[in-house]
Amino acid sequence: MTVPLLSVDGISKRFSGLQAVDGVSFTVPPGAIVGLIGPNGAGKTTIFNLIAGVFRPDAGTIRLDGGDITGLRPDLACGAGIGRTFQVVRPFGALTALDNVMVGAFKRTASPATARRAALQILERVGLADKANAVAASLTLPDRKRLETARALATSPKLLLLDEVMAGLRPVEIDVMVRVFADLSRETGLAILLTEHVMRAVMVLSQHIVVVHHGQKICEGPPEAVARDDKVIACYFGAARARS
Amino acid sequence: MTRFAGLSRRAAVALVVSVTVLLVLPLFAGGYMVSVLVVMLFSAYLGQAWNIMMGFAGQLSLGHALYVGLGAYVSAGLFVHYGLPPWIGMLAGMAIAGLAGTVIAALSFRFGVTGTYFALLTIAFAEFTRLAFNHFDWVGSSSGLFLPVATLANDDVLRLRGSPAMFYYILLALTLAALALSRMLLRWRIGFYWQAIREDQAAAQALGIDVFRYKIAAVALSAVMTAIAGTLFAFYDNNLYPDTAFGISRSIDIITAPIIGGLGTLIGPILGAVVLTALSETMTNVSASLGINGLKQFIYGAALLVIVMLQPAGLWPWLRSALRLDEGKT
Repeated sequence: MTVPLLSVDGISKRFSGLQAVDGVSFTVPPGAIVGLIGPNGAGKTTIFNLIAGVFRPDAGTIRLDGGDITGLRPDLACGAGIGRTFQVVRPFGALTALDNVMVGAFKRTASPATARRAALQILERVGLADKANAVAASLTLPDRKRLETARALATSPKLLLLDEVMAGLRPVEIDVMVRVFADLSRETGLAILLTEHVMRAVMVLSQHIVVVHHGQKICEGPPEAVARDDKVIACYFGAARARS
Repeated sequence: MTRFAGLSRRAAVALVVSVTVLLVLPLFAGGYMVSVLVVMLFSAYLGQAWNIMMGFAGQLSLGHALYVGLGAYVSAGLFVHYGLPPWIGMLAGMAIAGLAGTVIAALSFRFGVTGTYFALLTIAFAEFTRLAFNHFDWVGSSSGLFLPVATLANDDVLRLRGSPAMFYYILLALTLAALALSRMLLRWRIGFYWQAIREDQAAAQALGIDVFRYKIAAVALSAVMTAIAGTLFAFYDNNLYPDTAFGISRSIDIITAPIIGGLGTLIGPILGAVVLTALSETMTNVSASLGINGLKQFIYGAALLVIVMLQPAGLWPWLRSALRLDEGKT
């Protein structure tokens, strides 16, 4: 068995009265694409925020590439190799798309010329090259989602956390994005952990799926197995349907 | 397109013409006019310094008079008591202002004081420094600190003793240097990081930016640059009072020009200073010739209101596209 790139071990997070994440463990192997799914409020975004260092877990450890990154500040988590997108996109509105991506690219180089070249390549990759000089605030939502991804990619992460980057995209656009991520993972060996409500994207992209409900992991496995799992069907469609 | 140092041809021509006009202006202006131009350049330079912190990095300071006052008092105090040359005293003032800025920023940002609350804190630090200096006998407390006025045949740049025209050229050089520095900063990584922090701190952090460190750097650099103007103020005016040196009205004066000219832009603070100084002088003359006291403040305030309402992003973004200088991204 290969050593996992990311290993999350028994992490928990409580927000006053709410146990948002409760002892969740899973791993992401090198170069793999893993889906993290669950109904609204299951704790997916909180798990992302724990990995990316926005919150420190109350319990449990998170290791990336052998190093302990539990509770590391977001900028240090990024330095360790975590790239993330936000579910509600957060573009640098007054800057151009190119400048947005350059901010990410400066993680790897102090040279503006090098950062610019890298940023242009990534914009090309996600299909935003023609909007490079457009101000981010003027982009459409699908383009902002692409920009969000491009910016995270520019930091050259080992693991990319994608928080619902397909939401709000049209089916054709989803297929384009799916291809972008599949190609990226295959060509560069980038590992991806994604949460998504767009099931066709999750099912096509992920080699492995982790299902969470009420902050707990209820199931994991290959996409086909997860889709047939009674507990998963129960939490998505209700218990009665699953039993019948 | 032909480019000069990254500028479009139109922008380069506009820059050369403007600088030429500024260089020869004192030759044609009378003594009073030169002193008005000195005020204008002080405003332009201070606006540039403040703009780095607010316009670039998005950190609002409403107490920038603190750094003016520190730069002024440190260099003037060292000169009066120990005869230390002003340019050396200026370095001491810059160091102390930079240290003050670093401490204020580190304390605030470490304890999560940001945004409006940070702005209030900058006022508080300026105010209690003003009160402290009112009781600080080494620099004359509230009765003021006076520099000996020497009547010289020639301007002495090294000792900062001379005519308003000498100060005009020193300030012009500083303003152009600040312009060049600002332009470089925006093209370097630090400028990208500052703007990212200004736009969205959480997103900036997720991209690996040490937000705390870069915000402190912006405050410290702005404070150091502001202190330089403080030293020049001291040796230009030859007298210092805590209430004016550290006063809130000076802090407000500093921020008006860059806001009117265009926050976060390179030319905005300079354009704002030119427009506001011209407006202020015109209104003074109109007010005096009509013999109506207070008319100046009324019209000045109304004009600011109109500019802010019509061009909330400032005059420069509008003028830049009107003159088609956009290509150079100035």
